[in-house]
Amino acid sequence: MLSISGLGKIFSGGVAALENIDLRMARGEFIALLGPSGCGKSTLLRIVAGLIAPTSGRVEWAAALQEGDIGVVFQEPTLMPWANVRKNVETPLRIAGVPATERTARAMEMLALVGLENFALAYPRTLSGGMKMRVAIARALITRPPLLLLDEPFAALDEITRQQLNDDLLDICNKAQLSVLFVTHSAAEAVYLSERILIMSARPGTIRRELRINAPEPRAEAFRHSQQFAAYCGEISAALREAAV
Amino acid sequence: MSAARILAPLLLVLGLLALWEGLVHIWQVPVFVLPAPSAIGQALYEDFASLAFSAWMTLRISLTAFVLAVLGGVALAMLFSQSRMIEMALFPLAVILQVTPIVAIAPLIVIWAGMDNPNRALLLMAWIAAFFPVLSNMTLGLRAADHGLLELYRLYGASRWQVLIQIRMPSALPYLLPAMKISGGLALIGTVVAEFVAGSGASMGLAWRIMESGNRLQIAKMFAALLLLSLLGIAVFFCLSALEYLLLRRWHESRVVREA
Ligand SMILES: Nc1ncnc2c1ncn2[C@@H]1O[C@H](COP(=O)(O)OP(=O)(O)OP(=O)(O)O)[C@@H](O)[C@H]1O
Ligand SMILES: [Mg+2]
Repeated sequence: MLSISGLGKIFSGGVAALENIDLRMARGEFIALLGPSGCGKSTLLRIVAGLIAPTSGRVEWAAALQEGDIGVVFQEPTLMPWANVRKNVETPLRIAGVPATERTARAMEMLALVGLENFALAYPRTLSGGMKMRVAIARALITRPPLLLLDEPFAALDEITRQQLNDDLLDICNKAQLSVLFVTHSAAEAVYLSERILIMSARPGTIRRELRINAPEPRAEAFRHSQQFAAYCGEISAALREAAV
Repeated sequence: MSAARILAPLLLVLGLLALWEGLVHIWQVPVFVLPAPSAIGQALYEDFASLAFSAWMTLRISLTAFVLAVLGGVALAMLFSQSRMIEMALFPLAVILQVTPIVAIAPLIVIWAGMDNPNRALLLMAWIAAFFPVLSNMTLGLRAADHGLLELYRLYGASRWQVLIQIRMPSALPYLLPAMKISGGLALIGTVVAEFVAGSGASMGLAWRIMESGNRLQIAKMFAALLLLSLLGIAVFFCLSALEYLLLRRWHESRVVREA
């Protein structure tokens, strides 16, 4: 699906954000990215999305990607304040020139998925931080992209909604064979969701450790309370502490 | 709250008018120095046809100039947003046009543009006066679009045109609308100044009525013309404020009413 080799990024101001990143991603794989704040996780996502160019190394996609084949949820919700929730969700389809009726139907479907069907006509400024993030998720999913890049999408949500959306996300990914690159600061979330966890070092970010989560799929609530789960979380916390120095 | 907002200034104005009326009568101020409000009202009533016609002439030119200034300013700003080169080349010219006092170039404009058609010279001068705020604010507004949204549009392969219309234009609205309020006033000022400079015969606008009644020492009529002029200005400002309210009330931070 995706193959990154020797990737580095130095910003024009001289900040070395990423160094020598290697990463291979199989189709349908769910990878979580953890690391200290400012280590370049968002930068890596932007490079994979093709929004900024790397200074060194390369990013290759297995098949030719088209517009809308990558869904991105940025760290900020990034909504248009002048448009209501439904129109915001429709944005990718409007850019692609999909007719209005189909656009609306798909947007309502996505809003139902993230539990916001009653807020279709609300304006972003009347929503809470977590609701805005869910709008952004609905927008990223609307093109049914094979690759999804998520930058701390659930950071502003309460624990219950977060777990609910985690399950929904897994559900969507399994059904549609989605590949996901998922940035988070929560070890538990990473363990619950992903097949592989990459732990990055402090800036310049490089991949310090890789951890495979061997747990039955589909994941379910019971997994959260297992011995195995706690052990993984402990291992990751230790690795994060190590990576931070 | 809203009743007080209308009543308070209204009462103040009425009080001041009564004071004015009283003082003029008590001190027996000659009518060619300062007419009483009642005399002004009477002048307005008697000369209403000619004054209203002049007001219409002035208003028509300022509105045309204003619309052209908004269209021209927005179009040029859109062009600037597409090419930094064009902006760097043209913006200084716009600044020169802006900083040159309109009165100073008025005689030239009258000669160049107004020989066969005086109204065209008035229009051009009012346009110059009104143009710059729109251009400069719109240029800033188009550039102030949220970086994240621009990235989002790039991600989905949006065309330049889509980015301009769907992201940059709405982002620029909160910059454009206040500029339009300023421009609306400037168009009116520009028209009146141009009428003064162009002199008699060139126009039949309110400035001409003011000069004419000044020459004839019809001070009450002069005040009536001034009154109409400020009413025009207030009307223009009010309409543009209403437009701003309508377009921004749903989403812009300036319109957010915080729950106490
Ligand atoms: N556009 C930019 N220009 C210059 N430097 C930048 C830019 N974007 C990010 N950086 C720098 O790159 C580094 C990595 O930033 P990035 O946003 O990728 O961190 P992050 O890992 O996502 O952090 P967080 O967990 O806090 O979101 C930071 O030190 C930041 O200062
Ligand atoms: Mg980040």
